[in-house]
Amino acid sequence: MLFKLSLKNIKKSFKDYVIYFFTLILGVSIFYIFNSIESQTIMLNVKSSTREIIDLMINLLSGVSVFVSFVLGFLIIYASRFLIKRRKKEFGIYITLGMSKRKISLILLFETIFIGIISLFVGLALGVILSQFMSILVANMFEADLTKFKFTFSAASCIKTLIYFGIMYLFVMIFNTISISKCKLISLLHGDKLSEQVKLKNPIICTIVFIISSIFLGYAYYLVTVKVEALGDATQIFKPIVIGAITTFLIFWSLSGLIIKIVTSFKNTYYKGLNSFVVRQISSKINTTVFSMSVICLMLFITICVLSSALSIKNSMTVNLKTLAPIDIDLSKKLNITEEDAKNNWLLTPNMIEDSKLTLRDTLLKMDFNPDTYLRDIVEIYLYESADIKISSTLGTYYDECKSKYPFLRYEMRESLIKLSDYNAAARLLGNKELSLNNDEYIIVADYDGWIPMRNEGLKRNTKIKINDQTYTPKYQEVQPGFIHISANHVNMGIIIVPDDALTEEMKSESIMLANYRGNKEETEDVILSLNNHSYNSLTSLNGATKLALYESSIGLGAMVTFIGLYLGIIFLISSAAILALKELSESSDNKMRFRMLRKIGADESMINRALFYQIAIFFMFPLLVAIIHSIFGIIFCNYILETIGNEKLLESIITTSIFIVLIYGGYFIITYLCSKNIIKDKV
Amino acid sequence: MENNILKIDKIEKYYGSRSSLTKAINNISFEVSKGEFVAIMGQSGSGKTTLLNVISTIDRVTSGSIYVGGKDITKLKGNALNRFRREELGFIFQDFNLLDTLTAYENIALSLSIQNIKAREIDERITKVAKELDIKDILNKYPYQMSGGQKQRVASARAIITNPSLVLADEPTGALDSKSARMLLEKFNYLNETLKATILMVTHDAFTASYASRVIFIKDGRIFSEIIRGELSRKEFFDKIIDVVTLLGGDVNNAL
Repeated sequence: MLFKLSLKNIKKSFKDYVIYFFTLILGVSIFYIFNSIESQTIMLNVKSSTREIIDLMINLLSGVSVFVSFVLGFLIIYASRFLIKRRKKEFGIYITLGMSKRKISLILLFETIFIGIISLFVGLALGVILSQFMSILVANMFEADLTKFKFTFSAASCIKTLIYFGIMYLFVMIFNTISISKCKLISLLHGDKLSEQVKLKNPIICTIVFIISSIFLGYAYYLVTVKVEALGDATQIFKPIVIGAITTFLIFWSLSGLIIKIVTSFKNTYYKGLNSFVVRQISSKINTTVFSMSVICLMLFITICVLSSALSIKNSMTVNLKTLAPIDIDLSKKLNITEEDAKNNWLLTPNMIEDSKLTLRDTLLKMDFNPDTYLRDIVEIYLYESADIKISSTLGTYYDECKSKYPFLRYEMRESLIKLSDYNAAARLLGNKELSLNNDEYIIVADYDGWIPMRNEGLKRNTKIKINDQTYTPKYQEVQPGFIHISANHVNMGIIIVPDDALTEEMKSESIMLANYRGNKEETEDVILSLNNHSYNSLTSLNGATKLALYESSIGLGAMVTFIGLYLGIIFLISSAAILALKELSESSDNKMRFRMLRKIGADESMINRALFYQIAIFFMFPLLVAIIHSIFGIIFCNYILETIGNEKLLESIITTSIFIVLIYGGYFIITYLCSKNIIKDKV
Repeated sequence: MENNILKIDKIEKYYGSRSSLTKAINNISFEVSKGEFVAIMGQSGSGKTTLLNVISTIDRVTSGSIYVGGKDITKLKGNALNRFRREELGFIFQDFNLLDTLTAYENIALSLSIQNIKAREIDERITKVAKELDIKDILNKYPYQMSGGQKQRVASARAIITNPSLVLADEPTGALDSKSARMLLEKFNYLNETLKATILMVTHDAFTASYASRVIFIKDGRIFSEIIRGELSRKEFFDKIIDVVTLLGGDVNNAL
């Protein structure tokens, strides 16, 4: 009997459940898709190094899945609370008819099970279909060919989805039982009659709160943009974030009181058509949902920042590689390691100290690798260092100020020095600009944006450096762009170029060999990689970076951030849009009464539809608008953080992000509007 | 004909299927002249609310015609219907039907603003009607801050502010205590006599009906009887109504 009742209930209230179903199905399918990436990558023919990155990515994704399941769990509980609220009267009638609360809980239990089973099956089916498209994206990301397209089904992901969502539904059941057992009969029966009291806020207090929170928000914006460099360590970033979150809440709180004041003062607009009605509807809705509005706004903000940054990272990775890794291989080895160095760095073994007396070429020969057989365009250069030339000494008079500003930098680190001729030889091969120097001058080359302003400050002050009793002055007041080592990102914090005769043999600290491969690149790469297994490998500090490896890892990293960004972004978007939609729809019975009244006093259908549209549109747009304003500053900040990785094609990423938002958020908006329109439709 | 604001001509309203037919209105005809205050009385289920619904175009008749100002409103459709309601009718409901999110002022203004009347004129007209209905002090309050009587006066203000040809009141005193009810009905009389508003009121309460100038009794979907106040005092008219109600088998308990 109860079973039948719940089945009928679901059928009857299917219209109300549409959004709920829709969200559950989307949640299930997205969960499945992102957890099934593993099975999609297995068939891809990729290198073992790429495979490692894929494994890392899959581990990360399953970690994110736990977080996602929490978000979805909360969303589902929130949603079921709305649905219970809508049906208070129905439950009240059951109780007056003599049904026990236990039985009502049982009805709800059956309903949850039904909904759970249906949504899981439909969601999984949808997930399996969509994951086929996903595999195209995956293959594209890892630049694997997809000629051998195969239908994939991930049993592991399927089981995982079932378990995770099973647990979530279990929580929903527990939650429903609790909330039913706590209900009073009178409030159940008259739940809909309790007309919501319009909390009147003091406009003066609202104005003050609004102004103060705007100022604080402005300050938080200021902290993450203008003063971004002062955010020395990670903990300090929490300050603007906390300020931002609190002020967002306060702004929503005060605006809900102020909007009505502001709009009512425009009498001609306010008393036109149904405008006064729409404004009041929105303001009362914002009034009662200040908290969820703030949460939604922050979620949207995170979505925008995460998605656009992730896409931007992905884009820059590929762009950077072309300029930052123009040659095939970059080998380097420490020279002249002292006992003291070894004491400070336990990684340096006595064998390495011994080996550091050899040149790089000799070490390679010891490893049975003749560079001339495999490599062409070889450039061998050296880096030097001196106990006198530390970072602190190149900052000159700026040092004290800099230290108080950024206390965490390692100012005692020795600077790398290079001979002008060596630098130019490398520059020719790497495609950098060649430089020239007078006898008493030096130049700093760097491309890591975080360091450039500090170094520039030092150079502007005409800081002199002293090497072997000879003094050198800066040739340029600014850092010159350039690098020595190939890498995926801009990571050169600074190398000092000095005239050739300034540096002596015993100052050598690093031997570097830059070259291109002879013959087949992949085969040569394999030979290079096999050096890792050579018996001499553990006895030397020899280190290398190859273009192919950089390329693979950056593809992997790019794919990783893209997938995690997409995963989190979509889940957050769905959650926030679903909350708004449910909130709107849960009030549809109140709205139905209101719109019926409007019809009775003679409002046109078109007028009513327009009022409904504006009401929902503004309700959806409001948190998005605030989130967009936040995001402008958020993205500027992310940009700064991601400077090393690069921020190329930021606009493109923002556009892609906008498309996602328009599709998902806009989709929810349209469904909400259509559902509401259906609900308020009166059969005259 | 010109003097008739409302002319109801042999209307019928059936519910249900052929096998179990309910005649909610079974051949009713009557006329309401301009400036009249007519009460329609009947028990629950007599068909009086259905009658009001078909006049207000909320429901449709099965057959017959309803003329408001000479126009057959049973032929109206869609937005023409809405326009008719907006411009020709004023509504007063038992449960007030004020929008809970709007202040009294805004509730009244809404029925003007949907007719695209300028804010300044809205303000002038509200000030005037507020004075007449004694609701000046509560214009900026929300429905939940008002008493039932105040709410119903605000609803009345909303109904008459558009100068409708016909004000329809559905059990206007149904949710009011006796003091508020009396006050409201006196306002109805004022509106009727001073502002020449034509009022058609549905009630099952003899006391409320006694304020009208004519009472039509309905039973089982037909007109049962009709009495006119004429020169009678309200008390005498009330007694006369009670007589008919007793004959009708109505609950006299409602007669205060």
